[in-house]
Amino acid sequence: MPAPDVLVVGAGIVGAACADALSAGGLSVEVLESRFAGAGATAAAMGHLVVMDDSEAQFALTSLSRRLWVEMAPEIPRDCEDEETGTLWIAADEEERAHVRRKAAFYRERGVSVDELSGEDVERAEPSLRPGLAGALRVPGDRVLYPVNAARWLLARAAARGAVRREGVEAVAIFGRRVETRQGSLEAGAVVNACGVAAPLLTPGLPIAPRKGHLVITDRYPGFCRHQLVELGYLKSAHTPAPESVAFNLQPRATGQMLLGSSREFVGLDASINRRIRAKMVRRALEYAPALAGLSAIRTWVGFRPATPDNLPLIGAWDPTPGLFIAAGHEGLGITPAPATGRLVADAILRLPSPIDSAPYSPMRAFAAAAHA
Amino acid sequence: MPELTVAAALENAGRSLLRRSVSGEPRGVLCAMGVCFECRMEIGGSPHRRACMEMEGSRSDRPESSIESLECEVAVVGAGPAGVAAACRSAEAGVRTIALDENPAPGGQIHRHLPGKPPPEGARAWLERLASSGTTVRTGVAVVDATPGAGGFRLFAEDGEGNVVTVSARTVVLATGARELFLPFPGWTLPGVMGAGGAQAMAKMGADVRGRVAVVAGSGPLLLPVAAYLESAGAEVALVAEQAGLGALGRFAAGLALQPRKLLEAARYRGGFFPAPYRSGTWVAEAHGRERVEAVTVTDGANRYTLDCDLAAVGYGLVPNTELARLLGCELRKGAVAVDGSQQTSVSGLFAAGEPCGVAGLETAIAEGEIAGFAAAGRFDAASAAAHRLAAARVRGRRLAVAMERTFRPRAELAAAVRADTIVCRCEDVRLASIAAADSAREAKLATRAGMGPCQGRVCGPALEFLFGWDSDTVRPPVKPARLGSLVAMEDSA
Repeated sequence: MPAPDVLVVGAGIVGAACADALSAGGLSVEVLESRFAGAGATAAAMGHLVVMDDSEAQFALTSLSRRLWVEMAPEIPRDCEDEETGTLWIAADEEERAHVRRKAAFYRERGVSVDELSGEDVERAEPSLRPGLAGALRVPGDRVLYPVNAARWLLARAAARGAVRREGVEAVAIFGRRVETRQGSLEAGAVVNACGVAAPLLTPGLPIAPRKGHLVITDRYPGFCRHQLVELGYLKSAHTPAPESVAFNLQPRATGQMLLGSSREFVGLDASINRRIRAKMVRRALEYAPALAGLSAIRTWVGFRPATPDNLPLIGAWDPTPGLFIAAGHEGLGITPAPATGRLVADAILRLPSPIDSAPYSPMRAFAAAAHA
Repeated sequence: MPELTVAAALENAGRSLLRRSVSGEPRGVLCAMGVCFECRMEIGGSPHRRACMEMEGSRSDRPESSIESLECEVAVVGAGPAGVAAACRSAEAGVRTIALDENPAPGGQIHRHLPGKPPPEGARAWLERLASSGTTVRTGVAVVDATPGAGGFRLFAEDGEGNVVTVSARTVVLATGARELFLPFPGWTLPGVMGAGGAQAMAKMGADVRGRVAVVAGSGPLLLPVAAYLESAGAEVALVAEQAGLGALGRFAAGLALQPRKLLEAARYRGGFFPAPYRSGTWVAEAHGRERVEAVTVTDGANRYTLDCDLAAVGYGLVPNTELARLLGCELRKGAVAVDGSQQTSVSGLFAAGEPCGVAGLETAIAEGEIAGFAAAGRFDAASAAAHRLAAARVRGRRLAVAMERTFRPRAELAAAVRADTIVCRCEDVRLASIAAADSAREAKLATRAGMGPCQGRVCGPALEFLFGWDSDTVRPPVKPARLGSLVAMEDSA
C-alpha cells in the first residue's frame, strides 16, 4: 500500500476532526488509534460546544469551531445527540452580574448573539436553580453533543473519502515522517500528533500535563434543566494554577439525564474516583440547584484533560521535526474546537491561508514558566 | 397494612406493566431482587425507585434525608444464609456485629420472606438465632460504596428514601450472594417474562400466582424448586424446560448420588409438581405478546412448538455478585472472589462467604459464613475448627459447583436464538446488531450505550460475556445508583 499523505496519530475527537478536514482537503489519510475511536479524554468529556471569551485567541478558535459544528449539524446522526441547548453563565451576586454585562459586551462586539437575564428571568428559565440568583448571560447558539459518537462520525466521513482507520495500532515513536508502531513502521508525507495527554510521550517537550476531572451522570429527569448551566466562576476554576478546584457545571443530555461537573486536579494519571473532590463538586452544584440532591446518580467517571501552561491548545508545525504537526493540548475544551483544529492543521499541511490567525496556537510559541511541568 | 412489595401489589391489581422503556416498550419485573432496575418507577413522589424492593404502604415523604453513622467490629454485607451464619458466629463470640441487607427482610433469596411474616421452615432456626445473637440488623439499605479506612473499612449504604447509613468496621464479610444469569431471546423484555428465581421471589413477596399458567425454563437446579414453589402457590406449571441435554443431566444425577441430601431434595421437588412435564435439551426460543407475555415458543433445536402462558420464568443459573469485592480490590478467580481457608480475600481483613466465592449452594454458603464469621471476629482457632468440621460440606459444595458449571453451561444455540433486532441491554434498549460491531464491552458501551443504564451492566454484562466473550467494564463507586445528596452525605460522614 502506498504511503498516505498524512498519518494522524490518535482518534479522539481532535484526531477525527483532523482526518475529516485533511480528507476533505483531498489528502489521503490514515488514522492510528491504540484502542478505539474516542476511548480517551473524548469518552470522558461533556461535549459542551461553547464560544469562550477568556482570550481573543480562545474566542477566535471556539467561535470558528462552533460555526463549523453548526454547519455540520443537519448531517450529524441522531446517536451524536446534538442539541442546541444554549449556555447559561450564572451570576450568583451583583459582582458577577457586572461581569455578565462585560461578557455580553464582549460577545456582542464580536457578533455573537447573547441575552442578559435578570434574576427573575433565570428563575423562569431554569426553575431548578435556587431562587435569588443575580442573573445570567444566555448564549443561545451553544450546543451539547455526545463526543464519542461525534468522533466516530467524523472518522466515518473521512473514511467515506478514502481515509483508512487502524484501531488497536499503538504508536510508540514518531521520527519525522515515520511512525513506529507495535505492529511495524509506517511512513507518510506528514504526521499529526493528536494524542491528547499522551502526545508528549511521542513528541517529548510538548508542554502538556494531565488534568484530572470527575463527572457524575444521573438517571433520566427530563426537563430538570434546559440549558447547559455554568457558574461564572467557572473560568476562575479552569484557569487557576491551584492543585484542585471545582465549579458548578450541569448539562441536560438528550436522554433526559443530567451530567454534572466539574473538577480539576493535577495528580498524574491516577484514574481512581476521588470521593472527596467528587463530593466537593456535588456540594458546589447543590448550592446552585438544591433539588439535585434527590436525583439518582447512576455512574461516575474520570478523564484527563491535556492541559497547557497558557490554556490554549497546541496546533501547527513542530519545527524541530520537519513533517510533524501537533494537534493536542485542548485541556477541558477539546470537543468545541476540534473542527477548527482540523481546519488549521489541514491548512498548515496544504499551505493554505486559514480563516483565523493560527500563530497564537503554534506549539512553538513561548510559554511563561511552565506551571504544570 | 398490606404486607407485600409495591411490585407484588401492582401485579395483584392486574398491572404487570410498570414502565415504558427508553424506546417506549412495555416493561415489568425481571429479577425481583433489586438487580435489574426494570421495575423502577415513581414511588412516594420520587422516580426511579425499585418496586420489587419497596414495601407497599411503608414509604413516607420525608423532606430531609437522615444520616446515621454506626461503628462495629464486624460488618456483614448481605443477610442471606452466608451472611446470617457469619453474623451469628461473630456476634455470639461477643463481638459487635452489624449486618446490612438491601431486601426488606433478612434471609436472602433462598429464605426470602415478607417482613413480619414467619420465615420458611428451613430458615427459622438461623433467623431466630440471628435475632438473639446481638447482631444489629439493618434491612432495606443497599451498600453502594466501600473504602478501606483507618484500621478497617467504611461501608456506605442508602435506603429507598435517600437516608444514608455509614458503617465503620474493623473487618467486613461480603456475603453479597448471586444474581440470576439472564440471556436475551426475542420477546424476553415483555412483562410477565421474569427470572426463574425472579418469579419465585415475586410470589414470596406477595404476588398472587393462583391460576397463572407458567412456563419455567432456563437451566440449573433452581428450575425444579421454582416450579414446585409456583405450583404450591396455585400456579399451573405447563412446562419445565431445561436447556441442558439428557446426557449431561444423567452424568450430573450420577454425581448427585454421592450426595444423598441433594438427591432427596431433588426428589421432593419432583414430587411436588409431578404433573408438570419436564423436558431436557429444550429452551425458550421466543416469547410472544403485545403488552405482556401471552405465549412462548420452545425448541429442542429440531422442533419448535408454542404454548400459551401468562408467566414465563426463565433463568440460566447464577452469577456471583462481586461488585463490592472488586471495588475493594479483591482478587478474582474465574469470576469469583478468591479466598483462603478462613474465607479471607486477598485484601487483609476483608472476608467473603457463599456465592460471591463461586455458586455452590446453601450448605456451602452456611459453612463458609460460619468460618468467615469466626475469622472476621478474630476467633481464628474457632474458624479453623469450623473449617475442619465443615470441610466436608465445603468440598461437597465446591465439587457440586464444578459439576453444575459443566452440566448447566448455556449451549451455543442460545446465542443463535438472539436476533439482530433483539434487545440485549434492557436499560438502554440496545439491540444485538449495533453491539456486534464493537470489539469490547467498553467500546460497545461508549458507542451504543449498552451497559450505561442504572443496572450498571449487571444484566447485559454476563449476557455479553456469553455472546461475545467480553469481560465486564470496570467497577466504580457508587456500585448501585445513589442519590447525589447521598454522595455528599457519605463523604461528610467519612
